[in-house]
Amino acid sequence: MNVIVDTMKPVDDVDRGGEATALLSVRGLIKHFGSSNGLLARTRTVVRAVDGVDFDVMKGETLGIVGESGCGKSTTARLIMQIIKPDLGEILFDGEKVGSTALGLNDFRKQTQMVFQDSYASLNPRLTVEDTIAFGPRVHGLPRKAAVERAHDLLHRVGLEPSRFAGRYPHEISGGQRQRINIARGLALEPRLLILDEAVSALDKSVEAQVLNLLLDLKDEFGLTYIFISHDLNVVRFMSDRVMVMYLGKVAEVGPSESIFTKPRHPYTEALLASMPSMDPDHRTEEAPITGDPPNPINPPPGCRFHTRCKFTATLCANAEPALHDVGGEHLAACHLANPESGHPRLSLA
Amino acid sequence: MSAIVDARIALPKIKASRGYWASVGHRLMRDPVAMVALAIILLIVLAAIFAPFVAPADPFRGSMLRRLKPIGFPGYPLGADELGRDMLTRLIYGGRLSLFIGVMPVLLAFCIGSGIGVFAGYVGGRINTVVMRVIDVFFAFPSVLLAIALSGALGAGILNSIVSLTIVFIPQIARVSEAVTTQIRTRDYVEAARVSGASAFTIVRVHVLGNVLGPVFVYATSLISVSMILASGLSFLGLGVKPPEPEWGLMLNTLRTAIYTQPLVAALPGAMIFITSISFNLFSDGLRSAMEVKQ
Repeated sequence: MNVIVDTMKPVDDVDRGGEATALLSVRGLIKHFGSSNGLLARTRTVVRAVDGVDFDVMKGETLGIVGESGCGKSTTARLIMQIIKPDLGEILFDGEKVGSTALGLNDFRKQTQMVFQDSYASLNPRLTVEDTIAFGPRVHGLPRKAAVERAHDLLHRVGLEPSRFAGRYPHEISGGQRQRINIARGLALEPRLLILDEAVSALDKSVEAQVLNLLLDLKDEFGLTYIFISHDLNVVRFMSDRVMVMYLGKVAEVGPSESIFTKPRHPYTEALLASMPSMDPDHRTEEAPITGDPPNPINPPPGCRFHTRCKFTATLCANAEPALHDVGGEHLAACHLANPESGHPRLSLA
Repeated sequence: MSAIVDARIALPKIKASRGYWASVGHRLMRDPVAMVALAIILLIVLAAIFAPFVAPADPFRGSMLRRLKPIGFPGYPLGADELGRDMLTRLIYGGRLSLFIGVMPVLLAFCIGSGIGVFAGYVGGRINTVVMRVIDVFFAFPSVLLAIALSGALGAGILNSIVSLTIVFIPQIARVSEAVTTQIRTRDYVEAARVSGASAFTIVRVHVLGNVLGPVFVYATSLISVSMILASGLSFLGLGVKPPEPEWGLMLNTLRTAIYTQPLVAALPGAMIFITSISFNLFSDGLRSAMEVKQ
């Protein structure tokens, strides 16, 4: 039928863990960035970019990750991709620990790829479009001719005519087209998991919609699993089966998309949703649902990280850190209010 | 499969777009200053290469009777030097050595220095710090002083002056290429290449070198003029070429005694050094602006 499917191994062979095993499991992921103040200074400031994150990505689903700038979304993506090394925690892919003998780093990288936000910076200005896409397959030993053929096929798939675009350089094409090329490069190794880090954030709305639809089509066609990182709630709702909300390097809430968007259980998620511009002139957003900047991740507040901006804050919140609590339907929230046994004063009021 | 092949056949082949260097060349061609500079450089280089065919006389045969003749003296279009040798011939032949010891050190330093810089820049971390601090030691000395000190230590001679000038330029080129590499290393396309599982060597070869060597090359061309002046300086001090070899710096030295009797003739080698080095500088400037257009 086509080059990609022809060369793909039967699904059973690829799918080691079976249906029930999560494609990606992240366990206790921690990454602190230290910056020493100069050569002789002994004091070190530590940015807790990702501070104990656990989540699963099931096969064939799209997990959306949302949060403000600096909440650790991109760091999480880079940690998964092994671009940066985690301080602590492990990443399991299809039941195997990444970097173990069962699943080497190169094996894992063939199965997990990433699309970057900046469509310009992520393409080498000196390489033609086809060379950029063919680079990955060639690294993994595909002969040049076959790799170029695959690149042409992928260009076709992402809606770019190979005969017109294959020999072009990045500066000769538009932002939307560049992002399509980035997606084609991400697919060139026939991955099972594609991490989209703000992949459409830099595009204008009409192009964004095209690229989102393309991503949905490709997902069906290649049986992909997505991690979709964005700060745009509408886009995340459109794309995701499940959504994870991050705040200051921690998971605030995670659950099925509909449940998160209609019945948020974490005050931070509520505030985020309330901050979405209303489409209804009769229900304007009158007051800012959340004020101030997120606290400095260098010195995150003790207890619940959100208590400094939360309208339901109590003494308990400043002292005890809430764990993720299941509120039903695989919907988890890290808020004392979501846990009836937490002893939050507002719970006894109700 | 078939649908794609059909589509490719059905559509007319569109001419492959111009590569990066082709478009740089195209822009450079439209820069008159750079083109004039390039023409002068080519003229001097060609004259030096074909000196036996171009030069009107023998560069070594002098005449005691015709010492220090002015410009325009019959049979001596640019006059005669302190030993009665034809200045035009000696200037043409002098270009051979002057260009050689001007360009060679830069070329060698470009190869070695960019290697060091790209390595330190790509590896990063402690290794980068150690390498660059060692490089920094060389910056403690002014380049003229360093060149003289090294040449003095190695002894006079063409080879030794090339070696000492190479050592002078390696730190400068290494510093520039380290800075560019550090910048390129964090680009998303390098991370994308790492994510695709490529080895560090492949990433440097495919993604880093192409983006680093261009700017470093431009910087290196601007060093040619410095190198020529330093090389002439070494010859002038007797640390480079030995008489009676024609070389512009050495000619400047031997003619300095004639500065009051034949000032114009005595100034000719200096004028050649000036014209050549300014041509290299202007060409390098043109190259820089031709390359600076959005990548």
